[in-house]
Amino acid sequence: MKIAVCVKQVPDTWAEKKLREGDSLLDRESADGVMNELDEYAVEEALQMIEAHGGEVVVLSMGPDRAAETVRKALSMGADAGIHVVDDSLAGSDAIATSAVIAAAIEGRGFDLVLFGSESTDARMSVVPAMVAERLGWAQLTFAQKVEVAGTDVSIERVTENGFASVTASMPAVVSVVEKINEPRYPSFKGIMAAKKKPVETLTIAEVGVDAAAVGAAAAWSAVNDFAARPPKAAGTVVTDEGDGGVKVATYLAEQKFI
Amino acid sequence: MGEVLVLVDEVDGVVKKSTTELLTAARRLGEPAAVWVGPGISDAALATLGEFGAAKVYVADSADLAQHPVAPAAEVLAQLVGEVSPVAVLVPSTADGKETAGRLAIKVGSGIITDAVDVATDGDRVVATQSVFGGSTIVHSTVTHGVPVITVRGNAVAPEAAPAAASRVDVQVALSDVARKATVTGHTAAAKGGRPELAEAQVVVSGGRGVGSADGFGVIEALADSLGAAVGASRAATDAGWYPHQYQVGQTGKTVSPQLYIANGISGAIQHRAGMQTSKTIVVVNKDAEAPIFELADYGVVGDLFAVVPQLTEEIGKRTN
Repeated sequence: MKIAVCVKQVPDTWAEKKLREGDSLLDRESADGVMNELDEYAVEEALQMIEAHGGEVVVLSMGPDRAAETVRKALSMGADAGIHVVDDSLAGSDAIATSAVIAAAIEGRGFDLVLFGSESTDARMSVVPAMVAERLGWAQLTFAQKVEVAGTDVSIERVTENGFASVTASMPAVVSVVEKINEPRYPSFKGIMAAKKKPVETLTIAEVGVDAAAVGAAAAWSAVNDFAARPPKAAGTVVTDEGDGGVKVATYLAEQKFI
Repeated sequence: MGEVLVLVDEVDGVVKKSTTELLTAARRLGEPAAVWVGPGISDAALATLGEFGAAKVYVADSADLAQHPVAPAAEVLAQLVGEVSPVAVLVPSTADGKETAGRLAIKVGSGIITDAVDVATDGDRVVATQSVFGGSTIVHSTVTHGVPVITVRGNAVAPEAAPAAASRVDVQVALSDVARKATVTGHTAAAKGGRPELAEAQVVVSGGRGVGSADGFGVIEALADSLGAAVGASRAATDAGWYPHQYQVGQTGKTVSPQLYIANGISGAIQHRAGMQTSKTIVVVNKDAEAPIFELADYGVVGDLFAVVPQLTEEIGKRTN
């Protein structure tokens, strides 16, 4: 099997996020960059599939130079090769442009599956996997808590509000995964060393075959008009429990008409 | 007046509250036209859609539609966008809704804004309000290309009844082969807990590292049940295996904005705050007076949650009898 896994470098989730004054883009510099957490689950799922069925895992990322660290992390988990699309023109790309670049990088390389985490912690849109499926004309099997491959078919359990739906399709297909699906492995020391020698193809926007004028902040199909910090909350009342803390909260809730 | 397409969200043929919210939001932009994609629409559903402002209800009814996820709804909406040139398309900000909106945006060549908490008209453009980064930043944004495709967060817009005709317009559906590539072969219902869904609950009671164990969550659940609340858990608690992942509230879990959020044994690092800090009233119980979560509290008690919470549960029981 040949599986692509898309990974994104995002600001550390334990850091405060801010938009930049001036261009209103997400400030990606002031926090450490980490692999989007759900992407780790996608990499893990791909590795487990290859362990069961044989083949190779190629990790793909669209991002600035420092996103190379995220590609390397996936390689040190066990992915076989990387593709890193890096180009100044991509800065500030919206989901529309991002999906175009990813689809162009995936197409024509003989992948059976392309895996994603279902959501990234920066913009939290959950649209790129579906958009890539739309652009490629492949089946979309997303929000998977379980994935199974049998012959040329792939089946998932798609998480729904009250349980799950069983969904099946012929490959090639786009799959996105949720946290429940597995436990990502930690890279071993051996894996980290081996990763340094694995091939990473870097591609410019031209090499991917997308028009530079169609990507980046200026080409985006949505824009921030203005933004502001939420007004700070007025300070509340804090008391110390002296054997009556629970009673005091109950009194407060009654005053606020919750009980 | 321009038409605003609103994708209906329903469960077992019953219109969900989120649809009434979206119809209300749609009235801010133009004349709401509900879009029902799925087998069979009942008179009761039509009545609900009319009650909350749908002048028209486009009904795309075919057995095919229930058998294939997401892609069919996007095709129906794209067809309607081409036919009626709406002012905007509003879709619920659910997993299905966002993916439908994403595919629609590609099909019709439009920009997309997700998780708006409100929409408004500003001259001839549609402006969406988004509450991002865990609610710390309020953003106003516009779609600058094509028909605005906007997903609207649940529980953000208060639904207002505004009776309208709900005239039914049947839509002929001819699904492409691509839309039929993925097939639903079955549905499995989760064992129903008795408690409300986290995302929709008016009251949420959460436990964090201070709960200390899976057994400790019994105390949290008892408080939740006394209030008819949903139970939430911090990342620390779910990572430790004390409560299932699907109840995690936070940056990598669910975002909630209930009327009342009670945080017990939770320190309030950004990982958790990002998932709950826009709750209308926040009550905190924590034995560490320096815990950052007290900055968010409308009311807080510095104390041992295993003393305070059972006492609170008992008091609530007394007062509600």
